[in-house]
Amino acid sequence: MPIKSLDELRKIREDQVKKVKLRESGESGDNTVEVLVGMATCGIAAGSREVLNRLVDLIGEKSLDHVKVIQVGCMGYCHSEPTVQINTPGKEPIIYGNVKGDVVDDIVEKHILNNEILDDHVLIKTFNSAL
Amino acid sequence: MATQRTHIMVCGGTGCVSSGSLDMVDSFKAKLTEKGYQDEITVIKTGCFGFCGQGPIIKIHPDNVFYVQVGLNDIDEIIDEHIIKGRTVSRLLYKEPETHRPLPKHEDMSFYKKQYRIALRNCGLINPEDINEYIAFGGYEALGMALTEYTPEKVIDIVKASGLRGRGGGGFSTGLKWEYTRKPASDQKYVICNADEGDPGAFMDRSILEGDPHSVIEAMTIAGYAIGASVGVVYIRAEYPLAIKRLEVALDQAREFGLLGKNIFESGFSFDIIIKLGAGAFVCGEETALIHSVEGSRGEPTKKPPFPSIEGYHKKPTSVNNVETLANIPPIITKGAEWFHAIGTEKSKGTKVFALAGKINNVGLVEVPMGTTLREIIYDIGGGIIGGKAFKAVQTGGPSGGVITTADLDTPIDYESLRAIGSMMGSGGMIVMDEDDCMVNIAKFYLDFTQDESCGKCTPCRLGTKRMFEMLEKITEGKGTMEDIEKLRSLGHAIKDSALCGLGQTAPNPVLSTLDYFYDEYLAHIVDKKCPAGACKALAKYKIDPVKCIGCSACARVCPVSCIDGKPKGKYVINEDECISCGACFTACRFDAVIKP
Amino acid sequence: MSEVFEFDKATEKLKLLDAFIETQPTKEEAVISVLHKAQSLFGYLPPDLQLYVARKLDVPAAKVYGVVSFYSFFSEEKRGDFTINICMGTACFVKGIDKVMSEFSNQLGIKNKETTADGLFTLNDVRCIGACGLAPVVMINDKVYGHVKAEDVGQIIMDCKEQKGV
Repeated sequence: MPIKSLDELRKIREDQVKKVKLRESGESGDNTVEVLVGMATCGIAAGSREVLNRLVDLIGEKSLDHVKVIQVGCMGYCHSEPTVQINTPGKEPIIYGNVKGDVVDDIVEKHILNNEILDDHVLIKTFNSAL
Repeated sequence: MATQRTHIMVCGGTGCVSSGSLDMVDSFKAKLTEKGYQDEITVIKTGCFGFCGQGPIIKIHPDNVFYVQVGLNDIDEIIDEHIIKGRTVSRLLYKEPETHRPLPKHEDMSFYKKQYRIALRNCGLINPEDINEYIAFGGYEALGMALTEYTPEKVIDIVKASGLRGRGGGGFSTGLKWEYTRKPASDQKYVICNADEGDPGAFMDRSILEGDPHSVIEAMTIAGYAIGASVGVVYIRAEYPLAIKRLEVALDQAREFGLLGKNIFESGFSFDIIIKLGAGAFVCGEETALIHSVEGSRGEPTKKPPFPSIEGYHKKPTSVNNVETLANIPPIITKGAEWFHAIGTEKSKGTKVFALAGKINNVGLVEVPMGTTLREIIYDIGGGIIGGKAFKAVQTGGPSGGVITTADLDTPIDYESLRAIGSMMGSGGMIVMDEDDCMVNIAKFYLDFTQDESCGKCTPCRLGTKRMFEMLEKITEGKGTMEDIEKLRSLGHAIKDSALCGLGQTAPNPVLSTLDYFYDEYLAHIVDKKCPAGACKALAKYKIDPVKCIGCSACARVCPVSCIDGKPKGKYVINEDECISCGACFTACRFDAVIKP
Repeated sequence: MSEVFEFDKATEKLKLLDAFIETQPTKEEAVISVLHKAQSLFGYLPPDLQLYVARKLDVPAAKVYGVVSFYSFFSEEKRGDFTINICMGTACFVKGIDKVMSEFSNQLGIKNKETTADGLFTLNDVRCIGACGLAPVVMINDKVYGHVKAEDVGQIIMDCKEQKGV
């Protein structure tokens, strides 16, 4: 299915654009919650693969069909790897750092299921992007 | 559970913690409970806001109000005024330095505009293995526009007008490089992406390839269209397996979507990309050496001219561009040259990604507009030095660069300003060093690197860097003479003037720059036989651990030069200036309190 | 050609290598790619294997040896089951990787670039692996260990031995 024109490309973009809205501004057409896991070399070395696997397991166990786990690249916060970002519809995205061990379970139990923000792990987005 | 209407976010970064932010968390919690708001309002200790110079910092969410330099005394006012009455405490707002206008929202603050991501725009935001996500964020739009709306000449004009310069270190105009490669008539031309990130301490290219490989593919295809090439090569370090894998996945997806291959966007333009692995040679970052390595040979550089734009890969015109440079291309095409040109300094446009590492609190990858000062990067974004130690120097430009000291911390960074203070932009490694780092030892570290990585083709580099390394070794062992300093200087300048390629020509920089800025430390090693930072083992002196010392005076009694001071039952201290490192105190101490160097 | 053929499953591996060579568009330009493949199959590049590659690609053996000796990624020596790669990048240097290196060296009783007598460990200094955020860094086979202190070395060696069931 090769893209043949700029219009076809823009059509694909429109279909995909819902995600853009959730990640940038928290706007969304449905109730999907996105969990982004930083999976660059540094993140993986610090344990992000274990974090991703645990998230997938927990979400499967609890049948949280509205939660999607997505691997992404480096967020730039090397000092606090592994990093995880939660995008909830209608809310500003929250980034967590030093996500290890029980923190993963807490993210699912407290943040995703109960809307409680985890103390001690919140990172602040410190940049703007040319998007 | 009661609805939580407000979050009070207190910065828990190292900088703010040291100015008392943790006490504020407790105090906020106590006072909110006192007033009965504990269920509605959550106090959260967050990671660093990256604005450490103004700490302690507090953000009220979702009002998005940002308070700076908050003290324990301000807590009552914040709760009474802001939380209860909903009125902003303007006294505590950050005031813009020039206009003194208070700014409630932190997004408005010029500081946050300091970190602006162009090359890293998608890193950490999209799934690098899903082309749909790249497209959702505007990906391949630039390629579509270039192929269907612009002529190749127009694309080159846009890139030239943007002012984009090579991010691999040299700083040559990317648009001009493309123009020079487009000009010569040839049946085949090539685009090569230099992903041989060899500077020890730099990892931005790896992060871009791992986090946003499609932006590099898209940019290479645009470059191919602009210069008239149908083949692209990514030359990547074999040490980056994850980046290689993500790139392979991305290439397959781009082919499947018809964004690589024959007749892209039905424009008649065809282009494809192959991957070539490096095998561990720093010199292959030099473009002629890189081309020889792509051709399967030893990566030895050749004399320029002819430049690769005339005679490169397979002796055909070739444009070699660095990963970060390429990642800037798509936004330049979609947003226009003027947009990019408006960011940065007079001669250096856009942003630069720096890998901030070493003795710094917030180690990380930061992207700032050209013209940002080192102080802003190190203290505001980087959160200052670990353990509150004294900043000594920052090294930029890797083995080709030099050290920058406190005196130049306020220099706005661009290609020219860094060269003027004896360093260089390089690929963007930024290693922060504190009082414990010995500058002679650092110079030795870099020379050890270059003499080992020297390809051996030209004599100045092969023998010269080796000799420089040996002299530095002598000095760090306390065997140096004043003559060595003169020899280091003259040899350094000789290598700069006579080496064949960029690696050799810049290899003496770490030595020449430390000689300029830290001459005293060289003198201390040579004349006083001392390493002021205590890093050079051969020159280290015996020390007494004040925790273990019980004040028995055994050491002082045996010291042949009487350089151990103290009172019985107090703590004894060795006067390092007089110590002759005989070890008598070490043998005499029965409490393991004397530490061997 | 004795050495190459003493390898476990040498014929099979050579077949895979031959098949890989077939896929290369040009022979001379393929030297580095083929050597990467050969090293991934055999673990190192002994002289006989270099000669084999040279003959297959129809290039002088001197050229192949020239390439092998030029690039630090290629090894002519047999490596242990675990190659302990000590990152020598600037960030790791500044954060004290030298202490980690000497601790590994002491505990294993080998110097840099050497292999233990039991064939388990090879100690190897490498150029920056780009995980500067985690400095000092040690990479053992494909696993990266971050923020390594001299005190951690014993445990890391034990972990490797456990993996091998030693």
